[in-house]
Amino acid sequence: MVKFNRFTLANGLRVLVHEDKTTPMAVVNILYDVGARDEDPEQTGFAHLFEHLMFGGSINIPSYDEPLQRVGGENNAFTSNDITNYYVTLPAVNLETAFWLESDRMLNLAFSEKSLEVQRNVVVEEFKQRYLNQPYGDVWLKLRPLAYKKHSYRWATIGKEISHIENAKIEDVKAFFKKHYNPQNAIMVVGGDVNTEEVKTLAEKWFGGIPAGEKYQRDLLKEDRQTEPRYETIKAKVPIDDLYIAFHVPARIDQGHYECDLISDILSRGNSSRLHTSLVKEQKIFSEVHAYQTGSLDEGLFIVEGKPLSGIDIHDAEKAVWNELEKLKNELVPEDELTKVKNKMESTMVFSEMNLLDKAMNLAYFELLGNADGYNHETAKYLKVDATAIQDRAKQVFSKENSSTLYYLAEND
Amino acid sequence: MINRTEAPAFRQVEHIEFIEAKPIEFSNGLKTFVVSGGEQDILKLEFIFKNVNWDYSKPLRASAVNSMLTEGTSTLTASQIANHVDYYGAFLQTENNYDFSSVIVYTLNKHLENILPVIKSIVTDSVFPEKELQIFKRNQRQKLSVMLEKNDIVGRRTFSKAIFGDTQYGHQTEAFEYDELSRESLVDYFSNSYKPANCTLLVSGKVEDDAIRLLEQFFGKDNSSEMSETKISSHFPLVTRKEIYIERPDSIQSAIRIGKACINRSHTDFAGLQVLNTVLGGYFGSRLMANIREDKGFTYGIGSALVSLEQSGYFFIASEVGTDVCQAALTEIEKEVNLLKAEKISDDELGLVRNFMLGSLLGSLENAFSHADKFKNIYFYGLDYGYYDRYIQTIKTITPEKLMELANEYLNFDEFVKVIVGKN
Repeated sequence: MVKFNRFTLANGLRVLVHEDKTTPMAVVNILYDVGARDEDPEQTGFAHLFEHLMFGGSINIPSYDEPLQRVGGENNAFTSNDITNYYVTLPAVNLETAFWLESDRMLNLAFSEKSLEVQRNVVVEEFKQRYLNQPYGDVWLKLRPLAYKKHSYRWATIGKEISHIENAKIEDVKAFFKKHYNPQNAIMVVGGDVNTEEVKTLAEKWFGGIPAGEKYQRDLLKEDRQTEPRYETIKAKVPIDDLYIAFHVPARIDQGHYECDLISDILSRGNSSRLHTSLVKEQKIFSEVHAYQTGSLDEGLFIVEGKPLSGIDIHDAEKAVWNELEKLKNELVPEDELTKVKNKMESTMVFSEMNLLDKAMNLAYFELLGNADGYNHETAKYLKVDATAIQDRAKQVFSKENSSTLYYLAEND
Repeated sequence: MINRTEAPAFRQVEHIEFIEAKPIEFSNGLKTFVVSGGEQDILKLEFIFKNVNWDYSKPLRASAVNSMLTEGTSTLTASQIANHVDYYGAFLQTENNYDFSSVIVYTLNKHLENILPVIKSIVTDSVFPEKELQIFKRNQRQKLSVMLEKNDIVGRRTFSKAIFGDTQYGHQTEAFEYDELSRESLVDYFSNSYKPANCTLLVSGKVEDDAIRLLEQFFGKDNSSEMSETKISSHFPLVTRKEIYIERPDSIQSAIRIGKACINRSHTDFAGLQVLNTVLGGYFGSRLMANIREDKGFTYGIGSALVSLEQSGYFFIASEVGTDVCQAALTEIEKEVNLLKAEKISDDELGLVRNFMLGSLLGSLENAFSHADKFKNIYFYGLDYGYYDRYIQTIKTITPEKLMELANEYLNFDEFVKVIVGKN
């Protein structure tokens, strides 16, 4: 049970406080309700590039990192297709420094040309390091546009192509800030050795004067229901073939999300999972095989991915995967097996409470989903799922018409 | 109106509290330590075995034995082990590094009793079935072939080999070495190494008397035969001034790894050198990051680190940079290293680094598990908690003069091994 207090400033900033007196540290986590899905199709990768620019100095403070490190703090951030999340950990006695820094960059950025130029280069290098100069690194750049035809999930957070990042202009950066970075679009969680009254005072002092800005109205294109199977083949300089099958699944807040999560665990969590037992150990078709879902705010993807052993035809490997998926559709999952994956979920939730930053991030994310208290009811939602619900969900998800298959082949085959 | 241009008042971290590990004696001599703390009803068990009898002709024994502990015992199949552990929501991991092989278990307290029989079977009675060994070899070979496509991995391997030669620290796995693994050699290694006398058990989390009683019942009584341990003592070559360039014409980034064999944690200069390393490349605001990422935009990330091993240690700088700026990045790296030798670090910069390191240490003591990690860092080097007092004292008081001395003693760019994988 993660307890918290909640209040909202007049400008719309939502603040949650999680008091945890077992640590001398504090965390300040700010989630901005903007991700790659909110980008213009001609300016992809922008939410993430912008995240980098948030460290390039704000209106009154030339450097973000330096003053924070000086008080013993550390920070980082990440961007996903859905959100941009910034976090600071620091000794609780120096909490106010985090308020000072975070409020100033919510108020306004310095928008320096130098910072934009450097971060464009840094992000281009990140693009190369993580997506282009790695074996299989570009899989998601190919898979997303195969699975999504209209929705903005069709591009990856890093962007469709390097040129979109190279072409970013300072005017675009300013417009993006105005549109998305204001108190109404943010959720702040303060946790650790803090008390709620102190946080209220600090929040009023540092964030209270920031103008509310305009509320961003999200209006994304909805993905049409997929009606026929899609296939794509890529050849690349990789040592072995790789198979990806993607299925459309319900959004994060839907009960279907929990069913799919348990299905992915049945298929591939741990060495007792079905795909590992059957396809790696017994049939010896794959060296490794995984199932997981993207868990995104709009309708997401369920992925089955595996590298067949050399000498195994990728189409035979694909058939073997489908056999396992068919089993989920045709037979009820035995009670023991369902209990097993539920027990694992339960202990995972307990372990996640060991870490202050994880708790703060989770509270912010669940608040975005509708209510931070949802974090405390996650386990119950998994426990509610029965074998029939698993089977029904498997029938809805695992059909050829709902699948996009990517054959990533070793070139010298 | 608040003054936003002025930073709020702040304080340096004064007090850092360690939960000290408490030793427990079991009748069979198994060394056990307990780090108890936290609200959540969870436990972490770490069975840590020293790697013994390094043999150049059988380099993969320790790691293969460790990885295959979950693949079958005389009473349980691999799938029974996996099912049992997963059913109780526990997490079972094996971990192998240069010096140690570990079996790590995370479990809810309430399931400890159900988990222990399987763990006992694994650490005392693994049989390494031939069938599982074949699968292991094949899958590992395939994974290795993917790893070897990555420039940074090749850079790391080449670097270790260059500074540590044919020792356990320098050895780099090749595919054929998997072919040569035999079941007999694994069984032999297992019976030699996985013994109470060669094991340290570290228990952390919410540790209650019941848990200790159970652990004693399962692991503290067996008095199996003594170790026939042969100590590893390797001869490390003295390598300096070596440049290795591995060309990969299709690369769009080059992996850089530069450094040398260095002192480890038991050396009195270690803490001071860590301060110096932090200044150079040990945090986001470091000189290497400030120059090569934040000013030039050559890379997504660059850093340096000082790594402690039981019988040695090493220092390295690593990055992946655009191939077109590889030479320029190397020049800047050299410039930053040399600057540490030529100019005193300013009080302002050093003050920041002191505060950052203290805050970072405080933040790294998040829960009982992390306190247990801190214990491992000293215990296996024959140090006690006084080490941390001295470490904190060094961070707070080391002078710019002393840091310049350390730079001149340890960071001579000309002596570094330089590895580049990609295009130059």
